[in-house]
Amino acid sequence: MDQFIQQLINGLSWGAIYALIALGYTMVYGVLRLINFAHGDVYMVGAMMAYYIAHWLGFAVAPSAGGFVIVMALSMTVCALLGALIELVAYRRLRSQPRSSMLITAIGVSMLLEFGGQRVFGPDPKFFPQLIESHSLFRAGSVVMTNIDALVIVVSLALMIGLRWIVMKTRVGMALRAVSFSYDTAALMGIDVNRVLTFTFMLGSALAAAAGTMVGLRNPKIDPLMGLMPGVKAFVAAVLGGIGNFPGAVVGGLLMGLTETFVSAYLSSTYRDAVAFVILIGVLLVKPTGLFGRVTVEKV
Amino acid sequence: MRRQHSMVTALALALVAGAWGGCSPQGDEILVGEYGSLTGGTATFGTSTHEGVLLALKKVNDAGGVLGKKVRVVTEDDQSKPEEAVTAVLKLLKQNQVVAVVGEVASSRSLAAAPVCQANKIPMLSSASTNPKVTQVGDFIFRACFIDPFQGSTMAKFAVNTLKAHTFAILTDNKNDYSVGLTQFFRETVKKLGGEIVVEESYAEGDIEFKAQLTSIKAAQPDAIYVPGYYTECALIARQARELGLIATLLGGDGWDSPKTTEIGGKAVEGGYFTNHYSAEEQRPEVQQFLKEYRDAYNGKTPDAMAVLGYDAMSMMADALRRAGSTDGTKIRDALAATKDFPGVSGRITIDKDRNAQKAIVVLKIENGAFHFVESIAP
Repeated sequence: MDQFIQQLINGLSWGAIYALIALGYTMVYGVLRLINFAHGDVYMVGAMMAYYIAHWLGFAVAPSAGGFVIVMALSMTVCALLGALIELVAYRRLRSQPRSSMLITAIGVSMLLEFGGQRVFGPDPKFFPQLIESHSLFRAGSVVMTNIDALVIVVSLALMIGLRWIVMKTRVGMALRAVSFSYDTAALMGIDVNRVLTFTFMLGSALAAAAGTMVGLRNPKIDPLMGLMPGVKAFVAAVLGGIGNFPGAVVGGLLMGLTETFVSAYLSSTYRDAVAFVILIGVLLVKPTGLFGRVTVEKV
Repeated sequence: MRRQHSMVTALALALVAGAWGGCSPQGDEILVGEYGSLTGGTATFGTSTHEGVLLALKKVNDAGGVLGKKVRVVTEDDQSKPEEAVTAVLKLLKQNQVVAVVGEVASSRSLAAAPVCQANKIPMLSSASTNPKVTQVGDFIFRACFIDPFQGSTMAKFAVNTLKAHTFAILTDNKNDYSVGLTQFFRETVKKLGGEIVVEESYAEGDIEFKAQLTSIKAAQPDAIYVPGYYTECALIARQARELGLIATLLGGDGWDSPKTTEIGGKAVEGGYFTNHYSAEEQRPEVQQFLKEYRDAYNGKTPDAMAVLGYDAMSMMADALRRAGSTDGTKIRDALAATKDFPGVSGRITIDKDRNAQKAIVVLKIENGAFHFVESIAP
């Protein structure tokens, strides 16, 4: 039983990271019907930025909780700007073109960030500075929860609640929902679609940066290709939950983290990825729109 | 139009001629190829090896080179990827027309590139690939290090006899020939000595999350955990093991030998043991002489085992060239195979009939962020 609870904690804190990345996929898909393949790499840039900022500001040698908050906030800001830039340069002019053009461009942007990252950051793995020293927060029997695991879960929850508030309660959030409901109608109602899209990319990229920073803290080895697998997994999580659906992305991400952990624990790590994808296929066979997806009627 | 056409032809001809001229071997130099992981997940392996190779090369050339010519090393980066290793070696053989090849460290990459050398009858001397399969590729493939049966069984003997550990967990990198090989020989020897393997788990190179496996290991309460992987993963494993409250002794192989092990692992890797090719604390004159030369050349840095093996491999290759008296692949092969009691930094090296190096192994302990010599065990 102890072991089961321990695995549950492991899986939740790992899944929270996927959930944060999955939200970015879902948001962009919601407004643009685009699978932004570069999103996993924005997560990588987030981790790299946090690494450099922590070193520049000296938090790498003098760790503190305040330092972590500052580093994460700055990394989120940089990535928000990067997200806006990607939207402006790579996607904006392709919006009226066939959707596959934008998809292929997304793959291009992804590769640019990965291999450009190897050039700029260097291809070797880096040790992420320990901004908060990890120690066990509580022990119950043999179950241990570290302060980092708790931090990841709490910060992710806070960010998700913040996102929900922005989307449901603010004017720009309302505009975002309107654009995701109907792009053309929203434009006719006088909503500045360009601004809404920029905002969406900024929000999603900031969440990815937060995930990158926390992964650096939790598993302190970062490299320019680190976004590859988590990007794919988070995309699967978003599809699992029903792409375009916010709570779906969160549930999908947590499910993904838990599945990986339990498969590694009770079967074998060899089957970890295979089982994750089998579950995806299974869900899509039964419910093609994902767990929380709405059925949309295509009019001819 | 016609004029333009002929100009294009002329240009193409010039290019072909230029390229052809570029790849013919230089008359006053002997070209030896080196391929290694200068970048990627195991970058310190490749860069250290390269530093060792350059140091040995300088020594050879300062002493007048071999066969009356200077030796030049052409280096290719394989980005820590087996498929790139094949490309790198093909380039060395076909484009640079090297007479022999030195490399790689990782067994998976040596295994990928060895068939290319074998097929072209160019001798390949791996500096640090310990998986037995590497030299089984063919009679042109050699290595300058011991092999995994020796390494795995030595660690098992050390753990059972010296550390008095009885129950063991193993955490293997399933994607890695080196790790799978060590696991096999460690398991066999532990069982033979009366120890018990209570749990075996696996991961894949590149993973960063190991808590699921470590939680299962913790439930089995082993005395020691054998983690025969490479330093980036092993250091993260150590860290996460300690976070989960696992106090078992950590054991590893020569894949731990990198400054990154203690940088990433920090306090978590303290008290761990691993088998290695050499220790800087050994008092043999070859070791102390090498330490001095290396520190002079590289700003006082202490060499790791990969640098030592790179140095030994390059020195052995120069020695073989000298004895072969020719740059013919088959003659160099025969000279390498006849290497006997070569005074290497990592020990007296004799090449056995399976083209493996016979020499002693050392056990190191991690204490206060440094690797300390525990004991040396002869084969």
